[in-house]
Amino acid sequence: MSDPSLSRRDWLGLIARAPLARLGALWPDDPPEFTWLRKPEVGAMMVQGRAGAVGAAFNLGEVTVTRASVRLPCGTIGHALVQGRDTRKAERGALLDALLQTERGERLQATVLAPLLAAERQETETRARRAAATKVDFFTLVRGEG
Amino acid sequence: MYVAVKGGERAIENAHAWLDDARRGDRDVPDLGLAQIREQLALAVDRVMAEGSLHDPDLAALALKQARGDVIEAVFLIRAFRTTLPRFGASLPVDTSQMQILRRISATYKDAPGGQVLGPTFDYTHRLLDFDLAQAPDVPPAPEIKAEPADTPHILSHLGAEGLMQGEGPGGPEVPDLTRTPLEFPAERALRLQALARGDEGFLLSLAYSTQRGYGRNHAFVGELRIGHLRVSAHLPELGFEIEFAEILLTECESVNQFQGSKTEPAQFTRGYGLVFGQSERKAISMALVDRALRARELGEDMDGAPAQDEEFVLSHCDNIQSSGFLEHIKLPHYVDFQAELELIRKLRRDAAARQAAE
Repeated sequence: MSDPSLSRRDWLGLIARAPLARLGALWPDDPPEFTWLRKPEVGAMMVQGRAGAVGAAFNLGEVTVTRASVRLPCGTIGHALVQGRDTRKAERGALLDALLQTERGERLQATVLAPLLAAERQETETRARRAAATKVDFFTLVRGEG
Repeated sequence: MYVAVKGGERAIENAHAWLDDARRGDRDVPDLGLAQIREQLALAVDRVMAEGSLHDPDLAALALKQARGDVIEAVFLIRAFRTTLPRFGASLPVDTSQMQILRRISATYKDAPGGQVLGPTFDYTHRLLDFDLAQAPDVPPAPEIKAEPADTPHILSHLGAEGLMQGEGPGGPEVPDLTRTPLEFPAERALRLQALARGDEGFLLSLAYSTQRGYGRNHAFVGELRIGHLRVSAHLPELGFEIEFAEILLTECESVNQFQGSKTEPAQFTRGYGLVFGQSERKAISMALVDRALRARELGEDMDGAPAQDEEFVLSHCDNIQSSGFLEHIKLPHYVDFQAELELIRKLRRDAAARQAAE
């Protein structure tokens, strides 16, 4: 993949949205040594919408999330706020975030982030192609003598 | 007088054991997996998430299984679970113009930029039972064609650009939250929308229908209905920037209603707004119509006592957990209350009999 490496902001989002099974398959490594700054905690984030799509913000409802923070022996800190209630996903996410900031980062960009991004893009592309197939082509029936 | 009554423990225990047994049903039929519910009863899952006010498809599937398919009982389970979760914060308000569209239709503009996309809809089906489904048929994947990247701006934004659509006010700095502060009336629109978003679909459908039949006259067009996936962002203080931490499916409806104008505002169109977790266009359209009806006071329209325009009536009764909680409590023991009533009736009859004898 020719993409330049992802920014921290982008990889945190990508990991947060990825299904655990996909993350686990791409990164089955034994976890490195680390200490917890915050053990995985399941909670909720309130999702807000806007009245009329553009007006006053309102509370639509919550979404489940799990957060965690770790520190590597080198002092690097990793955070995760991931969608869903899976503490293992939050743990992996926080460790990945930390490792991606170290010298192992470049390799992990290629072995974990690139395939995660490709899988997410593939899903998006499939939906777009299916939606395109249901797009209406209107045509006008000509009546009477041209 | 308060009388404590004990007893029935064994009966309750056995009733619950029977409930577990009945839930499982015929043991020769395979147990229902949560993934099956999530994937194959997706719209029931969506409804439980919307009215449970918690987006988590696996949890909603579990709730449906536990509730034996009773949607309101499942919503109850989700609401109860929700209260155990610490709230970490709030997202930034979602920008629904960025939605990845699965379905997007307009009843007002045929040639809307971005086009009309039907998506996986029941519309145009003939509503005939499909007996092939009973045989677990192989289903081919949905057709695909090349997708041209295109923006899909909100259709009503074009009316807005011409000044023909009433603008939306920015709202206050604090977003009101009815899960934290009890409802008070009059309720601002943000609070009404929160209540409607988690409100009972059937109740809102009936109210919306009542506005169409003339109770609170406001004729609505569906300006736009869209269903799609949207990323949700939040600002993380420990990082100092925003991340897109979740992706959810949403249904949004913007209704267009005529407004005759007032002393200060020209005649123009106004909007009703619906936004719901999951794929639920009946709910989103209903919400938009009821939202618009509830704006009657702010728009200075005739208030002729129509239920859908009465915010206290709508907001106090749209929550199915609140409603069923109060409704169903009357089946619980009221022995003492009833004894009092019985005494009263007997006394009235005795008094009447005595009066009759005296005459």
